Amino acid sequence: MFESLSDRLQDVFEQLGRKGKLTEEDVNTALREVRMALLEADVNLKVTKDFISRVRERAIGAEVQKSLKPSQQVIKIVHEELIETLGEPGRLNLSGPAPRVIMLVGLQGSGKTTTAAKLALMLRRDGRRPWLIACDTYRPAAVDQLVTLAKQINMPYYEEGVSAPPPDIAVRGLAAAREAGATVVLIDTAGRLQIDEAMMAELEAIRDRTQPAEILLVADAMTGQEAVRIADGFNQHVGLTGLILTKVDGDARGGAAISMREVTGVPIKFLATGEKLDALEPFHPDRLASRILGMGDVLTLIERAEQAFDERQAAELQRKLLKNQFTLEDFLSQLQQVKRMGPIGQILDLLPGMGRLRQQVNIDNEDAQRQLKKVEAIIYSMTPQERRNPKLLNASRKRRVAQGSGTSVEDINALLKQFREMQRLMKMIGKGRMPNLPGMFR
Amino acid sequence: MTSLRKGLARTRQSFFGRIAQAFGATEIDEDTWDDVEALLIQADVGVPTTLRLMERLKERVRRDGITRQDQLTEALKDELRKLLTEPTPLNLSGRELSVMLIAGVNGSGKTTTIGKIAYRMRLNNRKVIIAAGDTFRAAAIDQLKLWGERAGVPVIAGLPNSDPAAVVYDAISAARARHAEVLIVDTAGRLHSNFNLMAELVKVRDVLRKVIPDAPHETLLVLDGTTGQNALTQAKKFQEAIDVTGVVVTKLDSTAKGGMLFAIQQELGLPIHYVGIGESVYDLVFFNPAKFVDSLFENGDEDEE
Repeated sequence: MFESLSDRLQDVFEQLGRKGKLTEEDVNTALREVRMALLEADVNLKVTKDFISRVRERAIGAEVQKSLKPSQQVIKIVHEELIETLGEPGRLNLSGPAPRVIMLVGLQGSGKTTTAAKLALMLRRDGRRPWLIACDTYRPAAVDQLVTLAKQINMPYYEEGVSAPPPDIAVRGLAAAREAGATVVLIDTAGRLQIDEAMMAELEAIRDRTQPAEILLVADAMTGQEAVRIADGFNQHVGLTGLILTKVDGDARGGAAISMREVTGVPIKFLATGEKLDALEPFHPDRLASRILGMGDVLTLIERAEQAFDERQAAELQRKLLKNQFTLEDFLSQLQQVKRMGPIGQILDLLPGMGRLRQQVNIDNEDAQRQLKKVEAIIYSMTPQERRNPKLLNASRKRRVAQGSGTSVEDINALLKQFREMQRLMKMIGKGRMPNLPGMFR
Repeated sequence: MTSLRKGLARTRQSFFGRIAQAFGATEIDEDTWDDVEALLIQADVGVPTTLRLMERLKERVRRDGITRQDQLTEALKDELRKLLTEPTPLNLSGRELSVMLIAGVNGSGKTTTIGKIAYRMRLNNRKVIIAAGDTFRAAAIDQLKLWGERAGVPVIAGLPNSDPAAVVYDAISAARARHAEVLIVDTAGRLHSNFNLMAELVKVRDVLRKVIPDAPHETLLVLDGTTGQNALTQAKKFQEAIDVTGVVVTKLDSTAKGGMLFAIQQELGLPIHYVGIGESVYDLVFFNPAKFVDSLFENGDEDEE
């Protein structure tokens, strides 16, 4: 794992000491670290250089705000400049006579077909009537893949196998969709290299004959230095209107986004964040900026916590907290909520300042998962009465539970101790003695 | 943005202008070192490896009294080659049935690579069977079957969304019944950061082991050649989970250089076996360290870089 930029800068400034203004020396020292962080995040070298010179201009002589340390001041400037560079999130431009055409382009394996289905689903939820058109006649079974996905989400589609030229399929598909009253048409094209002139000419033909409102480059968030050439190549040939980053649920820093945005000037419109067909999210420049800098992403964490935590359950839990009726059943459901937020290590990565902690404690995801499983097994082996009133658990009951869950009596005692701790904590929160954890108990 | 575009065009010229010089007979100066750094970083070699290489190179300049830039290029190539090892032959013979497991992140090119490897093996008169272990992605089974047809190799498949471990089990039985020599097991693409999917992959491996205790005899990780620094993390995580024995790097027919292979070989000691260079069944070549290093110094397309 990379050390986070905030950790690094803290080290640098500890050596430099505290001053009221950022001197040129401070800034240059700090920017060397920033440069490394950006390159490690796969931001293109040239793009990095331009970015660094912009930050240098802003930072030299800047006042260090009273509430901030110099390292934080530099991070603030870098972060702001990065957000500016990443630009405003782009919205789809779908005004004009229906059906509007969205064309998806990109390299092989970047995720165009899956993204086409995700976009269609999102557009239908927004009240539009999307159609999918299968124009990848090259990759074996690509048409089948789009058809399978379309059927999964009950989406109308057009395909005619693999023998016709893709521009012809696109035109006929558009006509069929128009006939059927579609308002948006998504054209899935074959993956291709931007240096493949014949294949790029084919994209131009599809574009010229369907007049898309949107031509979106679907690009892998893990892309390296090549990102600049990919984005530039596609933009030169077909004229992009936006970017979609895929596989953002991985742990790549995603610096390719900056490179592609800089070289094309078109907005990033969506992020694809998972295997499920609803895993397509709007792009938030501030979050991506934090991620690229390795500064954690509290906002994402909070949002994930909110999603994982069912509103009704939250209200019910709050009621129980106030009445001091928190049981092992609630404890279990709490654990499961946390589990839904993702592996523990991943959650820690999202918290700023945790990078260092994580190195120190070396949290083992597998171990954490195993622990959670164990706790689940123990609680499931209890009777409903025992779950509601753990005091019932005498030595013989504990032995039974241990046997049933494949654990030991010590494990059960440890869990009960943990539970009592949690009960105590809950009581305090319930009485308002501790600040609410964001997104957890509202 | 237009200024940036112009800027990039400018760099293209000056970069190559300088590189041409750099690798000509001129003297070594600060610009030379900047160019070396740019060359390595832009090839996705990564910051730590680049810094280490530059240090070693500077030391050689001092020690060997290198003064000219063409000598420097040779020294750099030499250092780069030292980071790579010649691939060992795949451990897929000398027993009744050898098993090769293929894994990687989504879209890295596993299925395509399997088609190409199977074709290559069949040309060498080996009896190959493919197991369609990607039961998750829509139409992955159809895709693999089409590749099987191209390669002239049978594909054993279950139903979509069935348990991949069960498919693998059936495929072993089929391979034994038909006296196949090599079984290639495809798996669904998965991000190395997805705990549950990685656990599923371990299960597939364990099922193989249950039936054939020393299997899989090769576990190849398929890496997308356009991937940046995350490739190393991917390789680490897959190695931890399923003891990867080697790497295939794909999409190197693009302008990407695949420089992360240096770190992967250095840090993880994984041999790189094949390189994917296109979409046809022939577009797979053995990894050649010397050629790979030379390719880092090629300009590629005229108006690229």
